[in-house]
Amino acid sequence: MDLFLQLTLAGLAIGSIYSCVALAVVMIYQATDHFNFAQGEMAMFSTYVAWTLVGLGAPVWLAFLLAVGISFLAGVIIERVIVKPVENAPVLNQIIVFIGLLVIFNAVAGWIWEFTIKPFPSLFPEDLGFKSTLIGPHHLGVIALTLGVLALVFAFFRFTRVGLAMRAAAANPDSARLVGVSVGWMLALGWGLAASIGAVGGILVAPIVYLEPNMMAGVLLYGFAGALLGGVSSPGGAVLGGLVVGVLENWVGQYVPGGSELKLTFALILIVGVLVFKPAGLFGRVVVRRV
Amino acid sequence: MDRPNPLRPGLLVGFGVAIVFAAIVPHLVSDFTSFQFTQAMAYGIALLGLNILTGYNGQFSIGHSAFYAVGAYTAAILLYHFGWNHYATLPVAALVAFVVGFLFGLPALRLEGLYLALATFAFAVATPQLLKFDAFEHWTGGVQGLFVPKPEPLIEGLSADQSLYYVTLAIMAFLMAVAWCLLRSRSGRAIMAIRDNPIAASTMGINTALYKTTTFGISAMYTGIAGALSVFVTEFVAPDAFNFFLAVNLLVGSVVGGIVSIPGVIFGGLFLVFVPNFAQDISRAYPFVPPPWAIFGIFLILAIYFVPFGVWGAVERALAWWKRKSAA
Amino acid sequence: MAFLEVRGLEAYYRQTQALFGVDFELDEGSITAVLGANGAGKTTTLRAICRMVRTEGEVTFDGQELTGMSTERVVGLGIAHVPEGRGTFVRQSVEENLQLGAYTRKNKADIAADMESVYGYFPRLGERRRQQAGTLSGGEQQMLAIGRALMLRPKLMLLDEPSFGLAPLIVQEIYEIMARIREREGTSMLLVEQNASIALELADHAYLLETGRVVMGGESSLLRDDEDIRRSYLGY
Repeated sequence: MDLFLQLTLAGLAIGSIYSCVALAVVMIYQATDHFNFAQGEMAMFSTYVAWTLVGLGAPVWLAFLLAVGISFLAGVIIERVIVKPVENAPVLNQIIVFIGLLVIFNAVAGWIWEFTIKPFPSLFPEDLGFKSTLIGPHHLGVIALTLGVLALVFAFFRFTRVGLAMRAAAANPDSARLVGVSVGWMLALGWGLAASIGAVGGILVAPIVYLEPNMMAGVLLYGFAGALLGGVSSPGGAVLGGLVVGVLENWVGQYVPGGSELKLTFALILIVGVLVFKPAGLFGRVVVRRV
Repeated sequence: MDRPNPLRPGLLVGFGVAIVFAAIVPHLVSDFTSFQFTQAMAYGIALLGLNILTGYNGQFSIGHSAFYAVGAYTAAILLYHFGWNHYATLPVAALVAFVVGFLFGLPALRLEGLYLALATFAFAVATPQLLKFDAFEHWTGGVQGLFVPKPEPLIEGLSADQSLYYVTLAIMAFLMAVAWCLLRSRSGRAIMAIRDNPIAASTMGINTALYKTTTFGISAMYTGIAGALSVFVTEFVAPDAFNFFLAVNLLVGSVVGGIVSIPGVIFGGLFLVFVPNFAQDISRAYPFVPPPWAIFGIFLILAIYFVPFGVWGAVERALAWWKRKSAA
Repeated sequence: MAFLEVRGLEAYYRQTQALFGVDFELDEGSITAVLGANGAGKTTTLRAICRMVRTEGEVTFDGQELTGMSTERVVGLGIAHVPEGRGTFVRQSVEENLQLGAYTRKNKADIAADMESVYGYFPRLGERRRQQAGTLSGGEQQMLAIGRALMLRPKLMLLDEPSFGLAPLIVQEIYEIMARIREREGTSMLLVEQNASIALELADHAYLLETGRVVMGGESSLLRDDEDIRRSYLGY
């Protein structure tokens, strides 16, 4: 029973990281109807930025905040400079631009920081003042921090003027322009936020998987799986989906023979399974096909 | 209108020159260069599969490396464990890839382009891990992969590389002809109608579902054959050769050659073999130049901005322009 | 110079030209109707003023040239567009829709006051302020669209077929409220309608559009009373 609880709690911790990635994916999906395949590599890059700042002597929390801020700016710039030219291009062209970004970030990270794995410090102290055999301090911190971040994001969208404008721009761009919202900048802001949220995910997962240029491939797949499971049209669903997927991953790894070796395959099965059997996800709406 | 089309003879001459050139290449260059050309043609065949699917049927795959791997491993296992003749493995590799592609295409019936792209992405990312899986290690060789011999020359007097070059050339020409005929047939028009307007296509009585899965299967089959041929060329298979970057490679080749084209795949294949070497040389020589993969990524984005129709698209535009000019 | 002056306005959807040199003007505080059959270019005229289509020609509003501005800037000048199909943000609540209408304004107290005044014009919206806008009836969504436009405190409202798809009684109600808005706020309105009889009742001036050109214009009463025009162009 203890093992089961441990697995579940650790799964929730990992799952909350997946939730961050899933939320980032869903945010861009809602605004543009596209999956950003480069989301994972962008988060990886942000994590390297944080790692470099720590190396320069910054306290880990400051490095974290700076990296999240830098990621925001980078996200805005990427949208304005690289994604905007294909805004109205066919889907394939946009997918190819995302793939291009993925490759560039991966290669440049390897070029600057090399492909060797690096340890990354946890944001949280070893000693929390109490001990638990069920969950480690980093995992506990991860859950708390991501829940905090997600609450902030929801408050932003729910209660602020810009958050409302972003939702409006995503839902009905023409109408949004007619009330004076600059839709282009809302998209850029969305990219910035998604990059920041992704960075949080990257920095939290790095102490668990070690830092290396390919560290986000699996996390991104699970993020996608979480987003799909929750429903790509539902940010809240995506967060829940991420948590569920994290727990499932841990259970499968422990109780299904071969499960620990085939984590990516499990993500693949989840993705295809959801797409085939419940395309709208658990909390999403069915998207009506336009003629 | 009774004036003879000035392009026909020009095109024929173009094809003739290409064929003659292709036929004498192995005698002009080193074995190693022939080997590179063979690799380029194998890529070309894979690109043909991708173009049929994406360019002509409008379904996206960013995971064709997986089908390339299926073909490669099928051939390698038959060669390594069962000692089959090289060329006898090709139809089996084709069949296995077709079946896997068809099965993977089944969800495609329910998926819009973007979701299919996502599913194929996941497939490509998961493939190396599956190939390393312990339970299959006896067959796949695990992380180490499998080493297989190069096929013997078919004709005396040719080197192994020269012989393989000709075989690959013949297979590529044949598969290009098949693709050409397929796309010009009734089925081909249905395939393209589904791309242009799926709902209209189904109201016209086209069995959209069947066509889409079958096209997916055919596409995977082409790519699987390419994978098998690549095993003959490189003489081994290993899981990490089939990672997501191979899938990106295939996308790049397809975009460079022209997604909606058949002859363009040759340019795509050549690009994939020769440009990375070139990019590597540059970034070795100048340390401030980003690594080849980054250049590849930048190139991919620039290509989609400025020449989304690819090399062959550009050729077609030039020909059309010339035709208009000479008609005036 | 008139409040809104349109000179030689042409509009294009990709290669297709939809307006061929439209001229008209609108005085401050007045209501002008643009009438015409389906496809005459009524909606396009409004979209052209808001810079939502590619245009050529001159549009001057309150002494400012609009050509070359983005839609958002035109809105910032105080032109509120109630679009064809109402443009409801269906997933947002009624209140959020109204807040969005005031997006370009800063003063929170003013905005809150205006929201109450919108609820005053449209009590039914007040009753449904927390409700998702997509669940409103067609008439309520039309009211919401007008309310959203009012939240801009507009100098000029562009209204695209407010009667579209609504029952006669509701149309009557909406037009009465529009008359009241003009009376109280003095807002200028450019009104596009297929329902000519009701539009001519409200409007001071009217223009008649045919295949992207103005074929006739003048005081509403003239158009209304001229038997020939009514029969051949307005169909009632």
